[in-house]
Amino acid sequence: MATPLLTRRAAIGAAAGTIVATAAHAAEPTTLLNVSYDPTRELYRDFNRAFIKAWKAKTGETIVVNQSHNGSGASARAVLDGLPADVVTLALAADIDALAKRGLLAADWQTRLPDNASPYTSTIVFLVRKGNPKQIHDWPDLLKPGVEVITPNPKTSGGARWNFLAALAWARRQPGATDASVEAYIRALFHQVPVLDTGARGATTSFAQRDLGDVLLAWENEAFLVRKEFGETDFETVLPSVSVLAEPPVAVVDSVVDKRGTRKVAEAYLQYLYTPEGQEIAARNFYRPRDPAIAAKYAKVFPTITLATIKDFGGWDKAQTAYFADGGLFDRIYVPGK
Amino acid sequence: MRLARRSVLPGFGLTLGLTLTWISLIVLLPLAALVLRPWELGISGIWHSLTEPRVLAALRLSFGAAALAAAINVPLGLLIAWVMVRYRFPGRGLADSVIDMPLALPTAVAGISLTALFAPKGWIGALLVPLGIKVAYTPLGVLVALIFVGLPFVVRMLEPVIVDLPADAEEAAATLGATRLQTLWRVVLPALGPTLLAGFGAALARGVGEYGSVIFIAGNMPMVSEIAPLLIVIRLEQLDYAGAAALGVATLVLSFVILLLINRLQRRFARS
Amino acid sequence: MTRLRRGALIALTLVMMTLLLLPLGVIFTQAFARGWGAVLEALTDPEAVDAIRLTLMVAAVSVPLNAICGTAAAWCIGRFQFPGRALLMTLIELPFSVSPVISGLVWVLLFGANGWFGPWLDHHGIRVIFALPGLILATVFVTFPFVARSLIPLMREQGAGEEEAALTLGANGWQTFLRVTLPNIRWALLYGVLLCNARAMGEFGAVAVVSGHIRGQTLTMPLYVEALFNDYDWVGAFSVAALLSLLALVTLGLRFALERRMGSSRRDIV
Repeated sequence: MATPLLTRRAAIGAAAGTIVATAAHAAEPTTLLNVSYDPTRELYRDFNRAFIKAWKAKTGETIVVNQSHNGSGASARAVLDGLPADVVTLALAADIDALAKRGLLAADWQTRLPDNASPYTSTIVFLVRKGNPKQIHDWPDLLKPGVEVITPNPKTSGGARWNFLAALAWARRQPGATDASVEAYIRALFHQVPVLDTGARGATTSFAQRDLGDVLLAWENEAFLVRKEFGETDFETVLPSVSVLAEPPVAVVDSVVDKRGTRKVAEAYLQYLYTPEGQEIAARNFYRPRDPAIAAKYAKVFPTITLATIKDFGGWDKAQTAYFADGGLFDRIYVPGK
Repeated sequence: MRLARRSVLPGFGLTLGLTLTWISLIVLLPLAALVLRPWELGISGIWHSLTEPRVLAALRLSFGAAALAAAINVPLGLLIAWVMVRYRFPGRGLADSVIDMPLALPTAVAGISLTALFAPKGWIGALLVPLGIKVAYTPLGVLVALIFVGLPFVVRMLEPVIVDLPADAEEAAATLGATRLQTLWRVVLPALGPTLLAGFGAALARGVGEYGSVIFIAGNMPMVSEIAPLLIVIRLEQLDYAGAAALGVATLVLSFVILLLINRLQRRFARS
Repeated sequence: MTRLRRGALIALTLVMMTLLLLPLGVIFTQAFARGWGAVLEALTDPEAVDAIRLTLMVAAVSVPLNAICGTAAAWCIGRFQFPGRALLMTLIELPFSVSPVISGLVWVLLFGANGWFGPWLDHHGIRVIFALPGLILATVFVTFPFVARSLIPLMREQGAGEEEAALTLGANGWQTFLRVTLPNIRWALLYGVLLCNARAMGEFGAVAVVSGHIRGQTLTMPLYVEALFNDYDWVGAFSVAALLSLLALVTLGLRFALERRMGSSRRDIV
């Protein structure tokens, strides 16, 4: 569903204003720009509508919230290059850290909001075809001969990095696991991958629309959405024994809100995510809510599984260097003789 | 005027000035920003970032597939252009406009629909499966996409030249007893040579940088089906601007050298 | 024998044309998977309207600019001998061999927040990247060679004889260009402009880098198609893609109507 036409008109007006854009926007309504990653489209479509209403009720002010969605890394880069995001809502903390390192927001951004500034969480699950024909129940099953695994490229996709960490988490918890055994598992896993799409949504399309592969490693919320969009009966979700607690963080971009004078509304916007209404919207869009009451209400939807956290990997800085940076574990999988 | 070999035509200074200004603003200034960017890595850093096995594999794939696609497009394009110009048949107008399809389609849409066609369950892919041929998600897919986007370049460059090709030379050759093949080889090809080369160059150059139509069908596996432009995007998303620019400059220099060689060949051809 | 060969060549060409048409077939089949209503709904969505408007705006600015400069370049390269001509020709073709990704990146390196002119622009409150100017610049860069490219081979082929005759007869430079050169090159010029326009409306890679992907504001039609794909809205995505191909087909149709009306001036060999 589209936002009401009136708001849209205003948005067009704002767009026209930016043609030779100046910072002066006197009579126009306040606008917020939320720069986010791909799988949150449906979530923020609902959430923005609710927030605009709540803000109007509270202050009498009508605001417009604009959305920009892209891969998490691409979004962070755009903000770095000057995309005036009032708030960023990205797939992983490393992408917001990159902004903080370059002075766009305070280094302590993650402590300014509760729960590591992640108002909702998710995890990584397996999506298999109807009846689970290849009998995939846990991580070792992915290595069975003939099983094709679909995951996006961890270099370009935030979700794929969580996939990678979830696989690592399982491998590291096996009895007698060593660095070598973990690396061997990851190497074997990626040998089952026939296609590396650049983003989570591309991988989903390959799996669901093009019938590629036997199992999709996906965000839990994406797995729910696929079953909703592509037919509840065509796919089944499989919960592995171990996965990772994916915490997509949110933050106000200090340098932008201070310049545009939007700090108050931007902060209220993010805080609204933590209210029961915000949490309810998150849960309805298949993100695991933080609020205990809402979580209890949706307990049936979100079963408990053993979850590793990013701290188990020494934080994002360490994980990035060890696994995803040039020459990291992921690169070594593909380069012969290393 | 002083630069130009004596000519009675006016407007040399004006048009050259305009061209140079426009090129400087629109092409050279931005490219200068690109070329100056990688130096923060230092010479050894640049060398290191360009000689990684993945980078070399991607460059090999991008240039190899683009050259092969261009080489396939030259005879295909010549055939199509020849038929379009020399023959009259029902539906010719329609067919002639179809040639522009690959240019008219946004590259991303072309990529998505080509993938849909060649995927194992696609219209064409399903026919190829029994033959054991896999196109989508393999280097062959890259080739198919590049043939698709490059073809109109060759055809459209050839058509006006074939139109202007004097038919009497061919007729004379035929009258003198030359066979069709001899006429083609001795009379037609030399006249079209420079344009064929130019078409090859254009298709090649376009293919090397092509992104939108390729990433969907390629599969993007490192070392196998990962093209150079995708590596540039990957580096950008890791905020490695210098590394991305270095790879960009490298592909650019390679293409530039190839284009320059082709232009030189073309002139030699035209002179002889 | 001749007739047989002729038939075979035509048949082969038609087969290839059909292959070129298949992607279009996919687009339309998918777009109309749920009938006309769904297509109309997708195309009248306010966000779709914004994308169409933006795309037309970008093309309306960048195509005329490139048409004028491309013709100028063709005049000096196609009609004069001067040192560095081959180099200039190669420079004009350069944007073709620049990956679309780079074509967007260069503008970010110039005008992005960390680019050469970024801080100055920021200080003066001017936005280039992630706004209309950036989209236009990226498009101009990508479509720059089309017009010159389609004119130069033809102008070289034709030679300067007719112009020289006109000048000898007392015409001035502009008259010569308008009365002699332009009629001779108009089909090539029109073709160059059409290609330029098609690419301007369909460019993806370059504008993707400078767009910022703000819904309803900086999404051109190809970017909007991608956005709809990522929404799992196939019908919508293919509807907009179909419209995009239709726009291009209409321009091509125009070309043929024009050509037919002025018919005899094209020296066709039958």
